[in-house]
Amino acid sequence: MAQTETVQPKEALLVRCWNWLTETQIWTSVFRHAAPINDRNRVLVMLSNVFLHLHPVRLKKHGVRLRYTWCMGGLSFFLFLVLTFTGLLLMFYYRPTLEYAYSDIVGLREHVPLGIMREMHRWGAHAMVITVWLHMFRVFMTGSYKPPREFNWNIGVIMLVLTLLLSFTGYLLPWDQLAIWAITVGSNMARATPFLGHEGPGAALLALGDVQLIHAADDARFALLGGTFVGEGALLRFYVLHCVGLPLVIGFLMAVHFWRVRKDGGISGPL
Amino acid sequence: MDLIKAFINLFADPRLFFVMSVVALAVIVWKRELFSKDAVGYGMLGFLAVFFGFGLFDENFRLIVVKPDNVPIVALIFLVVFFTWYSIREGVLNDRRIAAGDDPIEKQESDRVWVWPDLVYTELIALILCTAILIVWSVGLEAPLEQPANPANTPNPSKAPWYFLGLQEMLVYFDPWLAGVVLPSLIIVGLMAIPYVDTNPKGNGYYTFRERKVEITIFLFGFLVLWSSLIVLGTFLRGPNWNFFGPFEYWDIHKLEPLTNVQLSDFIWVRMLGQPLPEHWFIREVFGIILTLAYVAVLPPLLARMFRRYYEKLGATRFYVTAMLFLMMLSLPVKMLTRWIFNLKYVVSIPEFFFNI
Repeated sequence: MAQTETVQPKEALLVRCWNWLTETQIWTSVFRHAAPINDRNRVLVMLSNVFLHLHPVRLKKHGVRLRYTWCMGGLSFFLFLVLTFTGLLLMFYYRPTLEYAYSDIVGLREHVPLGIMREMHRWGAHAMVITVWLHMFRVFMTGSYKPPREFNWNIGVIMLVLTLLLSFTGYLLPWDQLAIWAITVGSNMARATPFLGHEGPGAALLALGDVQLIHAADDARFALLGGTFVGEGALLRFYVLHCVGLPLVIGFLMAVHFWRVRKDGGISGPL
Repeated sequence: MDLIKAFINLFADPRLFFVMSVVALAVIVWKRELFSKDAVGYGMLGFLAVFFGFGLFDENFRLIVVKPDNVPIVALIFLVVFFTWYSIREGVLNDRRIAAGDDPIEKQESDRVWVWPDLVYTELIALILCTAILIVWSVGLEAPLEQPANPANTPNPSKAPWYFLGLQEMLVYFDPWLAGVVLPSLIIVGLMAIPYVDTNPKGNGYYTFRERKVEITIFLFGFLVLWSSLIVLGTFLRGPNWNFFGPFEYWDIHKLEPLTNVQLSDFIWVRMLGQPLPEHWFIREVFGIILTLAYVAVLPPLLARMFRRYYEKLGATRFYVTAMLFLMMLSLPVKMLTRWIFNLKYVVSIPEFFFNI
């Protein structure tokens, strides 16, 4: 039998550069393990990366299928991140006062070259409302709210409401006709709140002698708008809620929601 | 062509629109084997595409549909139709597997895969596609900006943001305290109650229809008929003075609608008994009050008797909570029907306390 001799091919330049790069101290300080191309490193990548560790290491095959998840929950989260980022950029340009609000938006539109941040923010917000609804629809149709996931469904319902409120508060900020009248129509409902709105049933019962406790300047609508009409107070109030208050609450609930998905046994599936 | 448009305008009338969406849901649930065929699903999407495509040639249609803030609702129509069809289809397919003695597909696919690469790559692709769509949408369509806010100039119609238009549509039938405060709160409470009143252990974590007929039908009724279709109605078919306009109809601000709605007290005292309205509000409204009390207090125990099997399965608390929430949900179609058939405005009307039902 003839002897065969194996000849090692000479490594290409790019491969050698790559090998050198991945052995530097900087690289190894960031990535603690080799690329996830074998089972050991596929575990390590999930455990050592703060962003990836939202995921389990392995999951059931049906759970990665688009036919099961529609990807709507993930897209809702992604759109939230897009909205946070674009919203932050918009905050550089926008001042929430009667004097500047509208002209800042006009400026954003007319003077910022290739500016699509406002469009990204507005269409992203509409899209997020839709993806959140469809996520709820999918979760219902797969019966994923059933035990042990009842509580997480409830967190989800609250986040759905918060998504609508975020969108609603943001609607006022451009301070154009579309904005104030949509908010006027929406917030007019609050004056009919039972007991707490000045035109609500039962409000007349809350009186000390002749003094009405609930009137236009202290009812539920007033609390929402910071005034008796959609004006300066409402603009500031909606701005603060939109940029700080509601995102904080929904961010907190997202953490709970994702944590509970993992703790309740990962993505739902047949028992 | 004008004839077709006139025909569609006619069919878009809120009464027909609502009745047709109820009928459509009934057909979907009843004929779901047929509905879940591929040809039906893609056929519906194709039909919608053709409808919107041709509609865009019409000036009045274009004015509402191309309004920047209405574009997402066009997308919503396509998405809701598609995903309704898709989830029913997956349910029907699983039902067939179960009937043949197999496990649902999700159970057959329960072997485990690595999150890297199987899931993270899917996520990455979804994320890139979503970004691409958003960028194209943003470049192609400018965000709306109207005249500066002017509290002295009320636009007609004044509409809430589109996702609240189902609620604004309820204002046609209910007073603000119900349409704007109580019923929205009950929607939230009702959604949150679902996992606690639905004791059916089946259908957990896979698509199915047969194992959860009642739950899915009720949910679809709420989500499709009462929520999504009313949003479409409120966005596209309500014009100045909140009057109804067909999709191809010009929004004429001078369109007159006869206001012939009558209170229940007028019906009974004036028309049936031939007497003037009593002075005191309680005597005047006593019939309406009795009717309302019967609806919320007498009907649930009757339902408990009628649906003995459910009552025993759920227990008293769960059954009555479910029955109350269900009746509250049904109050909207009930109110719609009485309005359309009898021109009934309010069952109980006590403007003295802002209390109208």
